[in-house]
Amino acid sequence: MPLFDSLYNFAGWLTGNREEAEDLVQETYLKALKGFSSFQRGTNFRAWIFRILRNAFLTSRTGLKAMRTVPLGNDDEETAGVSAERNTPESILLGRASQEAIQAALRKLPVIFREVLLLCDVEEMSYQEISETISIPIGTVMSRLYRARRAMREELQGASNG
Amino acid sequence: MASDIWQPKIDRYVDAELSEEEMRAMDAHLRECSSCAALALRQMRLKHDTKLAAQRYAPSPQFRRRIADQVMAGQVIADQVGARKPVPWRWAAPLLVAAVMILLVAGILLSRSWEQARSQQLLSELTDIHVANLAASTPVDVMSSDRHTVKPWFQGKVPFSFDLPEPEGSPFTLVGGRLAYLDHEPGAHLIYNIRAHHISVFVFRDQPDLARAFSARESSRDVLKFHVESWSAHELRYFVVGDASDESIHKLTGMWKEAGNS
Repeated sequence: MPLFDSLYNFAGWLTGNREEAEDLVQETYLKALKGFSSFQRGTNFRAWIFRILRNAFLTSRTGLKAMRTVPLGNDDEETAGVSAERNTPESILLGRASQEAIQAALRKLPVIFREVLLLCDVEEMSYQEISETISIPIGTVMSRLYRARRAMREELQGASNG
Repeated sequence: MASDIWQPKIDRYVDAELSEEEMRAMDAHLRECSSCAALALRQMRLKHDTKLAAQRYAPSPQFRRRIADQVMAGQVIADQVGARKPVPWRWAAPLLVAAVMILLVAGILLSRSWEQARSQQLLSELTDIHVANLAASTPVDVMSSDRHTVKPWFQGKVPFSFDLPEPEGSPFTLVGGRLAYLDHEPGAHLIYNIRAHHISVFVFRDQPDLARAFSARESSRDVLKFHVESWSAHELRYFVVGDASDESIHKLTGMWKEAGNS
């Protein structure tokens, strides 16, 4: 089955719950089979099936609840760049977060940032693919990525300082 | 400051989203700028560590098998559905079938209705002839109780030949015969007496129109209190019309049938 592990992992991060993740993946495959005729050959299959999963999640109770979470600022906010954090090269290189700390930071991210970060860093999707999957402009993909990573860094720094 | 130009591009550099030219330029800058190089390295590490840490959820073998089974079953169904050639106007098929059914039923009903109306009309004509004959001053053209006299009289007058039953030993008396016309077709009209009743026997060629109107090989009906029996044999159509008892009509019918088959 194509992308089964990736879809399951993505579903797990969206829902935070194995049972719900299973339901979501099952629903995704059923919808994909049912609507395969709507898939245009030559277009991005990965973006298409991830979009099905994401849309299924958004219409689920957990998804609706997650989307009500207050985001970290405005989508239109410009990516200010990492320089704004004024970290020294030493402080940057010293801190390397543990796997548990990263997972905890990921869980704390609002879903609209978490999903972009997962698609980019875990699934290694291009900005264009993420844009197609989530149906948002590439500029919004970039700004959400920037804020997701900033939030991750802040969370990880806070965890390492605390 | 040069870093202010390059640092906003570090995310895109780490994500390999810069153009080839920008990537080469960024590589050159990072070799010279320790601050940007450290930021780029941190971003790469975070990206790498996030990838590793985020691969947290793995499906159980049972779940994998369950979905595989469902996908397989769904694929089989999808293949079966896909194998069917799309039929243009498929949506109209049920309507078409319904329309054909309606037309068929309407056709059958109309046909039956036409047959009933037509047979009724013909029977009415025959009973009219029968009644008119009762009141006529000369009810027969050939008056004889002898069938061997009556039968030859019809030769050359009707386009067919027929056999008359022998009335001897029966309660019926042959009065004679005359020509009759049904639907502009000439036929034989034989008159019998049984006690105070007159019975008419008509013989015509079994035309398609007649055959259709009297689709049943044999029929028995009552028209205006007259009992009518009809049958066809050897391309001839016979009618027995009278106000005598059903039993008498039926008995005479039987005699004619026997004569026709002999």
